[in-house]
Amino acid sequence: MEKKKSKFLSNRGFMLFAFLALLIVVISICAPIVCGGVSPVTGELSEAIKAPCAGHPCGTDKMGRDIFARVIYGSRTSLLSTFSLVLTIFVVGTFLGILAGYFGGVVDAVIMRIADMMIAFPGLVLAIAVAGLLGASTKNAIIAIAIVSWPKYARLARSLVMKIRHTDFVAAAMVTGSKTPYMLWKYMLPNTITTLVITAATDIGSMMMELAALSFLGFGAQPPTPEWGSMLNEGRNFIQSAPWMMIYPGLAIFITVVIFNMLGDNLRDILDPKTE
Amino acid sequence: MNKKQLVSRLLQMLIVLIGISFLTFLLTYLSPGDPVRNMYTSAGIMPTEELVQATRREMGLNDPFITQYFRWVGNCLRGDFGKSYSLNKPVVQLLSARLWPTLKLTLMSMILMLAVSVPLGVLSAVYRNKPIDYLVRGITFFGVSIPNFWVGLMLILFFCVKLRLLPVVSSGGTFKDLILPAVTLAIAMSAKYTRQVRTAVLEELSSDYVVGARARGVKESKILWGNVFPNSLLPLITMLGLSIGSLLGGTSVVEVIFSYPGLGNLAVNAITSADYFLVQGYVLWVSVIYMFVNLLVDISYNYVDPRMRLRR
Repeated sequence: MEKKKSKFLSNRGFMLFAFLALLIVVISICAPIVCGGVSPVTGELSEAIKAPCAGHPCGTDKMGRDIFARVIYGSRTSLLSTFSLVLTIFVVGTFLGILAGYFGGVVDAVIMRIADMMIAFPGLVLAIAVAGLLGASTKNAIIAIAIVSWPKYARLARSLVMKIRHTDFVAAAMVTGSKTPYMLWKYMLPNTITTLVITAATDIGSMMMELAALSFLGFGAQPPTPEWGSMLNEGRNFIQSAPWMMIYPGLAIFITVVIFNMLGDNLRDILDPKTE
Repeated sequence: MNKKQLVSRLLQMLIVLIGISFLTFLLTYLSPGDPVRNMYTSAGIMPTEELVQATRREMGLNDPFITQYFRWVGNCLRGDFGKSYSLNKPVVQLLSARLWPTLKLTLMSMILMLAVSVPLGVLSAVYRNKPIDYLVRGITFFGVSIPNFWVGLMLILFFCVKLRLLPVVSSGGTFKDLILPAVTLAIAMSAKYTRQVRTAVLEELSSDYVVGARARGVKESKILWGNVFPNSLLPLITMLGLSIGSLLGGTSVVEVIFSYPGLGNLAVNAITSADYFLVQGYVLWVSVIYMFVNLLVDISYNYVDPRMRLRR
């Protein structure tokens, strides 16, 4: 454990991006302070569509709302929904994958055929259909992407479990009377968790972009909630008169995704000895 | 892949297809909107309660779920995917009209992607850990972190609004209309694909036969293009197949941005107007196309890798 800790601390890239990621989280939590009390949902119509100036560092939108405040508050929706999405697919995928790999037979066949079905399907197509038909909301967008994303984790967990399923130490544990839940928890899970955590960490960025894409199409967060994807959608109609309406939310997505991707890559380098 | 494998593969596809059709139907069945009311309101009629009930009976919407499902599947197999009520045309006609523009867009962006990512990926692998490799890796890193719909919007801002070189709305489907949507799609994909080309070539470069060939004094360019590149094609074709899949779904966002008259744009409109038959038809069509693309990819292994032909 001691050795692992020093590995994290001595990796400068990891520490830098961990700090930046933390900074984004802190900013989103302290949004009211960062914005100096400017509300993201109410605005003066007389202030509508103002270019960036001293009072509004990123300009205002068609309803006179401050873009800077909306971008900062928008990080709450984006981060919260992305984290819940990644956590959901991580837990569901790992759980089903371990079950499939451990029990084999019918359980394996049923779970993996369902997974195949989801994989045999262009992801965003189903996600759009699910999100649209369930009704547009952040929760439904998360469900939609979760439905098409868990098989990746299930397949990975299953293959990792299959690798150790028939080794001597597992057989020994079973012979000495370990109960099934104990086997799953103490033997199967620890052997899969590292790889799956790496996958989850590297997925945060792309999941954030998929959620933003759904919101952009109007199937995610609903107005007046500030969300980066839906802000881009609102800004789209003002591309000629007010380009700042779509420049800043997009930048916010880009910067956040870069930081989380970098964090994921560095985490992989630390935890996975196979990559150089 | 021999005949036996092909048959079992087709059977698997059939099972997946049944699953997908069931799922699609279940989704539209469970969704909260009422298709009958939607149909009338989109036609500009405020229906009375009796009219709604009568239409429901007429369309068989009061039948049990399974009956409705099998009737729908039966109709689909006969090529009747129902009638879109928001556009008042048969679904088949609407989808087939939009199929070609989307395929054109997909093909165009694939060509762009290959033209960019294969040379860059090979270059980056050959000059590993040299400045050019770092440059390529840096660019691709940013490439995978930019949301493609934002890239699209920025391209519109730059080329259409500031420079006025290209049309903002690409609804005509001409070559000029195709450029920006295709570039938008290609940017994000090239970034991903360049990395994969690099990894595949690097892996091949580190194998023993390369060392052997070098020791025998075979020219480096001959090793690269004569041995290494053909050998790294296999994983690349697999990834190409997968990216066609992500393209088919991914085009919808870009099609909406550019108002491009493709399948994805049609589907998004269909969903917003709760046009269930159209949504069902779209999901089925796209998944069938995707499955056949993947089948073709698997069959192509036979030609790329002779080992596959020998294996039983």
